Amino acid sequence: MEEVDEVVEENAEFLEESDEDGGVTAQSVLQDIENAWLNEKFAPEILPHQSDAVECMLQQISHMEDNMKSLGKGSMKSLIHQMEINRIRFIISSYLRCRLEKIEQYAMHILTEEAQRGREDGYLSSDELRFAKDYLSSIELLFRTLALQHMPNVLQKFEIETMTVKPNIHAHVFLRANKRITGIIVPGTVDEEVDFEEGSQHIVQYSAVADLVKNGDIQLI
Amino acid sequence: MFGRRGVELVKELDQSLDSIPPFNEELITEILEEMQRLYNENRIDVNTRPDDHETYLSIKVRHAVLKRDKRCILAYLYNRLRRIRQMRWEFGSILPPEITVSLSKPEVQWFDSYSKCLATYMKSIGDNHGLNLTSDLAPPKSLFIEVKCIADYGKFEFGDGESVQLKKNTYHLLPRSECEQLVRQDGCVLLSPRSLTVNCKRHCERKDQETKRESLSACRSL
Repeated sequence: MEEVDEVVEENAEFLEESDEDGGVTAQSVLQDIENAWLNEKFAPEILPHQSDAVECMLQQISHMEDNMKSLGKGSMKSLIHQMEINRIRFIISSYLRCRLEKIEQYAMHILTEEAQRGREDGYLSSDELRFAKDYLSSIELLFRTLALQHMPNVLQKFEIETMTVKPNIHAHVFLRANKRITGIIVPGTVDEEVDFEEGSQHIVQYSAVADLVKNGDIQLI
Repeated sequence: MFGRRGVELVKELDQSLDSIPPFNEELITEILEEMQRLYNENRIDVNTRPDDHETYLSIKVRHAVLKRDKRCILAYLYNRLRRIRQMRWEFGSILPPEITVSLSKPEVQWFDSYSKCLATYMKSIGDNHGLNLTSDLAPPKSLFIEVKCIADYGKFEFGDGESVQLKKNTYHLLPRSECEQLVRQDGCVLLSPRSLTVNCKRHCERKDQETKRESLSACRSL
């Protein structure tokens, strides 16, 4: 049992190693990714990307894997570290998969919105953006080869406006407030104004808190 | 009746929820012919009797049908795409032949281009480090899983260079991350999971069928 305790402690140390640039610990990055993952999972629309955190964590993983080589195979320590790595990798994959699914589902909507945002504050990372564009054009190509080109002239258009699927931002979400927030307007027959205490949990329409989710004041759960 | 075939097309897809039915080229061609016919009739009417109220109404109706037909065809194609896309995640970049036969040629091409698109994206993750998003589909509960080989696979090599012989009807305890892919690919892959929960529905179905078959033959021999 002692050995296990020791390793768990070491694991924590592993993660606490601070990053050279700017006092960010791996532990805090992992926490950020976990939060982003939960938010992405529960929010109906796509949220701003966190590719910096993902990149940083992936580097950390390969770093950990290098370190593990010195531990020797099959030892208790290496097994526990391996498990930890697998868990982190699952979270990252699941997070990115979730984003991809949204990108595919709402491709047209997301691309239109993205075109209105600047390059700096786009919600998609550059790779995701490329994926979205490729995905959409591949669909257009298929529609064209199989159906559109055989239709009468006036109907051959690939109508973005009528085919766009939009996320339902009026869906309800569970959330926890990270700090005290006042004056949230909950839309309804009568627009109601509510305050959230720090740490309190609520169910509200996503559209009422969308901005707060994006700036991190609110955590979806 | 106008537009009936369009509904038929969509219904056909809707009725087979789990699999991809063969691409119904015949019906699509019929719908496209209907569209062409309606369009021509409309054009003639517009040119000959543009002011007649009755003609105006029938033009309206035909146009509505045209739009509906288009919508049905595109819905059919799109929903097939979503299923083909799912195949990419389940089977990897090579489609099993029993599925390819149900697809039209452009759909197979679409699969390839989607596959490429996805691969490019996965390779670019984490500053071109690359991350395979199609593995780690379920939260890892343990490092090893117990698997049963359902066919002779031969030598299976692990990432660290060690290897194991996989023979039919043998049980192994293998690292989860290594053999997840093996378990998921259905056609060429030969392990059936006992504790892996991802996407094992197919396998379970197959297992069920096997058990049924076994019990049937047992009954017969009695």
